[in-house]
Amino acid sequence: MSINDIQDTIAEEFALFGDWMEKYEYIIDLGKELPLIEPQYKDEDHLIRGCQSKVWLHADYRDGKIGFTADSDAVITKGIIALLIRVLSNQTPEAIANADLYFIDRIGLKEHLSPNRSNGLVSMVKQMKLFALALQASH
Amino acid sequence: MAVAVHEKKQVLDMAALRKDFPILERPMNGRPMVFLDSAASSQKPISVLQTLDHYYRHTHANVHRGVYQLSQEATDAFEAARRTIARFIHAPTDKEVLFVRGTTEGINLVASSYGRSFLQPGDEILISTMEHHSNIVPWQMIAEQMGARIKVWPITPAGELIWEAADELMGPKVKIVAITHISNALGTINPVKDIIELAHSRGIPVLLDGAQAIPHLKVDVQALDVDFYTFSGHKMFGPTGIGILYGKEKWLDQMPPYHGGGEMIERVTFEKTTYNELPHKFEAGTPDISGAVGLAAAVDYMESIGHEAIGQHEHALLEYATEQLLGIDGLRIIGTAAQKASVISFMVEGLHPYDIGALLDKMGIAVRTGHHCTQPLMDWYGIPGTVRASFAFYNSFEDVERLVEGVKRAVQMLA
Repeated sequence: MSINDIQDTIAEEFALFGDWMEKYEYIIDLGKELPLIEPQYKDEDHLIRGCQSKVWLHADYRDGKIGFTADSDAVITKGIIALLIRVLSNQTPEAIANADLYFIDRIGLKEHLSPNRSNGLVSMVKQMKLFALALQASH
Repeated sequence: MAVAVHEKKQVLDMAALRKDFPILERPMNGRPMVFLDSAASSQKPISVLQTLDHYYRHTHANVHRGVYQLSQEATDAFEAARRTIARFIHAPTDKEVLFVRGTTEGINLVASSYGRSFLQPGDEILISTMEHHSNIVPWQMIAEQMGARIKVWPITPAGELIWEAADELMGPKVKIVAITHISNALGTINPVKDIIELAHSRGIPVLLDGAQAIPHLKVDVQALDVDFYTFSGHKMFGPTGIGILYGKEKWLDQMPPYHGGGEMIERVTFEKTTYNELPHKFEAGTPDISGAVGLAAAVDYMESIGHEAIGQHEHALLEYATEQLLGIDGLRIIGTAAQKASVISFMVEGLHPYDIGALLDKMGIAVRTGHHCTQPLMDWYGIPGTVRASFAFYNSFEDVERLVEGVKRAVQMLA
């Protein structure tokens, strides 16, 4: 699926939630699932330090696509990471570099991607795009 | 476990008082807002808003040296504000009351100007484990420049300075002690009078970071005999961008200006400039005139409520909130000093502060989460941060109850 197809699917899924509590319970459940990153990548080199929560990000380039794995010490941050990975992982560098992540706004989680939150997510998305741009430039 | 409910002693007319703060009536995330982040910045009463409006509508012109009536009126308002603040903190003269942008600038000014005049290689600056980054970084910067070093006064697990350490810490190389009056992250009220007495007995001047104390306590710089005392207007119900540095004349006279520019000079030639008198020597450029006038209005407002009533109400809120929060399984309060202001930092076992804060936000409850600009303190406790609820006199017992309910619900959702 393309990035936008996945974004639209997520937006449809979220439209089913009755209130914010259901939505957050779902995100918390996503965040509680097994680690999204191999333990050896949860180190200083892969750490994106937010003021509030920590985020670890690892990228793998294979067969023309970038695979992302990531983790966070805060469960809501991690739940949102799970969504971001669902959207951006296993896509081409070009698609990732040009992605417009409108789903976050549409599912009402925009505040978590605000620099004011300094939870590491803004830097993570930036880092994902930088990986994509770097790979795009070298190929 | 049966918990004895603390008496909700009502000393203030909350309904009337909260009407003075229109912002408290707005909702947040669709719920009536509970604002528990006054330690970061407080809300403003109508009288302050009206003063700012009136100042700009009727009085504004640049201050000092104006030859026309309006400038004179603006200057009068500005200097009257200085006198109001001098009286508020019981400064012996308004020459010792400098307008700055806030506590951060106040500390930077002293670190830079005092540091350049009085620090020698090998000298020491004594701070404490519980300092805000604003009372760490400026000292590190000047220490690096002058070849001095920072010494850190350790604390107990409850968040109190280890008094027994003081004697050894204040050695002959210490040239200034810079300590917070009240810890922003823990709420600890430090024994500042004893600290000043001990430091002075060894000829060491003391700077107090008063940012968290000024909204809660009566501060008397003469009774304290403090050398420098600095605080921010926006934490004491005044405008943002204005703050105060009180400094004893004997030190300020010996210190070079911090910023150069207009207002702070006596005579300028391209070869040499002589500086203006206190307080203007430290107030380069057009000052925050409206901020100063607004700050004086905030002082008037606080005095109309009265420090005693403020103290009693906040203490009752603190006791009630502490007791109610401790009824939540796994909740631990960080900072349990015997003398505390109405600030409660807490963690819930197994949960990240960010998650709790994000859910409280959805419930209309504004708290602060994270390290509160005290990373060394959080490292000392070995925690990533806390959830901090801070109470001002406009907070009610219902606010405490909403917080406790909210935390319980957040814990339920996250567990």
